[in-house]
Amino acid sequence: MPDPEQIAIDVRGAVKRYGDFVALKTISLSIMDNEFFTLLGPSGCGKTTLLRMIAGFEDVTEGAIYLFDEEIETLPPNKRPVNTVFQNYALFPHMTVLDNVAFGLEMRGASRPEARTRAAEMLELVQLGAFAARKPAQLSGGQQQRVALARALAPRPKVLLLDEPLSALDLKLRKAMQLELKHLQRETGITFIFVTHDQEEALTMSDRIAVMSAGELQQLGSPSDIYERPANMFVADFIGETNLLDVSVDRVDADGATCHLGGGHVLRGVAGDGVQAGAQVHLSIRPERLFMSETPVAADGLRGQVRENIFVGTDITTIVQLDDGPDFVVRTSNSDRGNKRIFDPGTAVFVNMEQGAARLLTG
Amino acid sequence: MAAGAASGGSATTDTYKDTRTWLLMPAWVTLSILVLAPVLMMLVYSFLTKEFRGGVIWDFSLDAYDQFFFDRGLFGDDPPRIEWTYVTIFWRSIWQAGVATLFSLLIGFPTAYFIATRPANLRPVWVFLITIPYWVNLLIRTVSMKFLLRDQGPLNDALIGIGLIDSPLHIVNTNLAVQLGLFYSYLPFMVLPIYAAVERYNFALSEAAADLYASKWVTLRRVLLPSVRPGVVAGCILVFVPSMGSFLAPDLLGGARNFMIGSLIEEQFKGNAGNWPFGAAASMILLSLVLIILMLSARQQARADKGGG
Repeated sequence: MPDPEQIAIDVRGAVKRYGDFVALKTISLSIMDNEFFTLLGPSGCGKTTLLRMIAGFEDVTEGAIYLFDEEIETLPPNKRPVNTVFQNYALFPHMTVLDNVAFGLEMRGASRPEARTRAAEMLELVQLGAFAARKPAQLSGGQQQRVALARALAPRPKVLLLDEPLSALDLKLRKAMQLELKHLQRETGITFIFVTHDQEEALTMSDRIAVMSAGELQQLGSPSDIYERPANMFVADFIGETNLLDVSVDRVDADGATCHLGGGHVLRGVAGDGVQAGAQVHLSIRPERLFMSETPVAADGLRGQVRENIFVGTDITTIVQLDDGPDFVVRTSNSDRGNKRIFDPGTAVFVNMEQGAARLLTG
Repeated sequence: MAAGAASGGSATTDTYKDTRTWLLMPAWVTLSILVLAPVLMMLVYSFLTKEFRGGVIWDFSLDAYDQFFFDRGLFGDDPPRIEWTYVTIFWRSIWQAGVATLFSLLIGFPTAYFIATRPANLRPVWVFLITIPYWVNLLIRTVSMKFLLRDQGPLNDALIGIGLIDSPLHIVNTNLAVQLGLFYSYLPFMVLPIYAAVERYNFALSEAAADLYASKWVTLRRVLLPSVRPGVVAGCILVFVPSMGSFLAPDLLGGARNFMIGSLIEEQFKGNAGNWPFGAAASMILLSLVLIILMLSARQQARADKGGG
């Protein structure tokens, strides 16, 4: 039985070097049993390297990896009870769909009829029962994706590794597969480690996310942690859309800090680590946490002028230029139009921040 | 089909058809002169009567095939019995070529795999290195082989030198010598097609197999080999077919007792002892045999591509 208190994968000070190039700089993280865990970052950040180290395709230069208290980093891939869904699926082209799914079961010692029965069940689970006799080349990309998933899940791995499995699918199919993956993870109770560069995908699916950049772990937390309370500039910028402003800190007190930006605008934000009076820091605030008004709502309303309204379906994006200051992006949800007003371009407005939404970051 | 052909599809298609016919002419002419005509000549000659000083008399005759398959005694008037001499020679040729092909596969496959897994910029260098020995004339290579393998040759000297054996191995004038000679003659024909196939192989498939608990050996047998099968089949055909008809290696390395078809055919056209219709008939039988083997392998390939495992 999955035990959410138990650690499924424990990466302890793992380092990966190729000659002089450091791909991964001393990563330590614990992935809990039954967790949907995502490694998120831009290409080249080391997320795939870390996944391949867990799978056994890459050596660990330094450090250790534990799978349920068993040290595995020196085991070859075929001795590790983890399975991988590969980016381009890597289905065996000369085998039928059924034989592809049965392969891992047979390798684990199941008899051929036994393996085939179980493989057929797995194909039913991913709704591909009717395609068992086909060759992979005769399936669409989405169907191949499901076969790859069924093949990796069939031997009941302790941990399932997914290497950008949805990146080759079109948007609509990707959205559907995101939900399906999430459900599969819940149903099977298997720990999923999911690699992606798509922050939206990560936020939608994950229990926890590790944001990586340049071979380093930037932040580890739940989707809302990472979205609402980014630990640094990189995370704030990489996840979602944000307004990033350079500000000077005037005063730090118990519930935040007061700071100002050029043009005499004064703002308040939640202070991160290392924010001190007199320091130059960055203020990050999400566009949807801003709203506009004709008169200042609070003391720190910022005076500006509406430049442009952009209709983007579910919401409206407004660009406001602060008087003697930078541009602000304000997002108003269409469902929120009763409470929040939209102003025509050229109108003088005040931009207001929701309480506690602005964060001050040092780096 | 062709968009923009305002006057209608059929006219466009006809134009293309004419053009295609003309453009294919050089290929047809070449094939006719270099493939079809020689084979037809051979076929015709195999049904003619032999002239004792070589050459033929233009009279239809089945003597050549009769001589191949039936024994009618010294004066040709005994009741016919099956003639085993030539069938044995054919069988020996198939065996020798088969063993040579197996050697080539066992050495050629790892070689090809090695080359295909080098960094992309070094692969052409390795391929080049493989082909260098083959710039030397086949006759000279075969004679050198004999020199290497003989009783007082470098191989035996080395084996005795390191104390592995006490007295020299007699390799020259055995089947093994011929097999080694054939193997060495045609090795690149095994390496190159397999290399081409392995280079196109998606190595993620090997990772997937290992990920699904397959050992290296099982991965080779159940994933890599089936994926590069066309290259392996091509290599085997390219080694087996010329080995079957080869006469240099059997003549120089095999001695009198290890006669192969190539030598049999060669003798029929050499000097005054020859029998052209018989040589032509033996060639036709060899050709038919090779065609049958090729067709069988093509059919099996087609079945493997279509069938479900």
